[in-house]
Amino acid sequence: MADIVSPLPGIFYRKPAPDKEPFANEGDSIEAGQTIGVVEIMKQFSEIRSDVAGTLESFAVEDSGTVNPGDIIATVSEG
Amino acid sequence: MAFDILEPGLATSVQDLGRLGYYNVGIPQGGAMDQLSASMANALVGNAETDAVLECAYLGPKFTTDTDAVIAVTGAPVQVRINGTATEQWTRLALYAGDEVSFGMLSGGTRYYIAVQGGIDVPLVLGSRSTYALGALGGLQGRALKAGDTVPVGTVEPSGPRPVRESIPEDLRPAYAKEVTVRILPGLYDHRLTAEGMETLVSASWKLTPVADRTGLRYSGPDIAWKPRTQPFGAGSDPSNIVDAGYAVGSIQIPGGKEPIVLHRDAVSGGGYAMVATVISADMDVVARSAPGTVTHFEPVTMEQALVARADAARTRRAVWE
Repeated sequence: MADIVSPLPGIFYRKPAPDKEPFANEGDSIEAGQTIGVVEIMKQFSEIRSDVAGTLESFAVEDSGTVNPGDIIATVSEG
Repeated sequence: MAFDILEPGLATSVQDLGRLGYYNVGIPQGGAMDQLSASMANALVGNAETDAVLECAYLGPKFTTDTDAVIAVTGAPVQVRINGTATEQWTRLALYAGDEVSFGMLSGGTRYYIAVQGGIDVPLVLGSRSTYALGALGGLQGRALKAGDTVPVGTVEPSGPRPVRESIPEDLRPAYAKEVTVRILPGLYDHRLTAEGMETLVSASWKLTPVADRTGLRYSGPDIAWKPRTQPFGAGSDPSNIVDAGYAVGSIQIPGGKEPIVLHRDAVSGGGYAMVATVISADMDVVARSAPGTVTHFEPVTMEQALVARADAARTRRAVWE
């Protein structure tokens, strides 16, 4: 299991825009470096990426939830 | 001599003490948000207090230096790495040509400062090197740093300035608390709030939202009641609207009675929202250090108390230069 951690505070969004599909869903297989969401702070959106390839097991933060630096956003089972 | 920017960070910009004297024509004073931390960084590397530093918000840059350099990192607690090896904040650091500086995750606060001996040597614009990004003025081409930028560093005289300090003692370093008290001077439009409204402003626990940058910081909490009024000619329809007036630096607006906004160093100089109070100058750095989620209490003080606090803050700031 690998945790995807937010490096910065802000609002976590799972979709690139309100009317778009989520970047990734629970159960999806994802690549290393794949974007799973964005964090908005100071009117800027920073992409949150997975360091590992595997299956996205779960999100620890809801869509539009507040995150702080070091907070776990999602968990990936490697392989 | 220069730094080569490999990764820019979220919003890294060149800042100094600010651009004073042009507020009347709409150019804010700007400058380092957390003036004390920026000043301490300069003291550590042997600069003048007026030299420009890099201000980093949340995510820092990754850069290399093309010559030997002396740097210091102050401000919000963050891991500093030289060539991948963790090192210290609040102390003078020696870099060799080719060394790479990068940063880990913040563990509190919002902004940290990188000073380099010789100062960041961008051109003076209206007497300051500070970046005013909204006005595309000052700093490096009037904007935050980008990957691929070359940031010029000033040359140091052969005799070299003598660094004032090797490190900042812990008791002089600012705090990065999760709960802070910010002193405010009520006015000029506090009479436009109901008595309960003013009471709510100074008694509620306000929480800093992520809507916070160099322009202003927005706080969530209870609604604040404005007095009903007849809309004056020239004012907007919201009860917090006034006929346009100059904004004091650090003044507090409450548009629609929701979510007070503290205007900070890059805020506009005037507009049509009533200012109910102003953060005293001594506490502007406290606001600048606050991370989203910081619980904030606004404490009303008198002008006399504000002036005493300003003198105290100036003494603290001078202490590292002695």
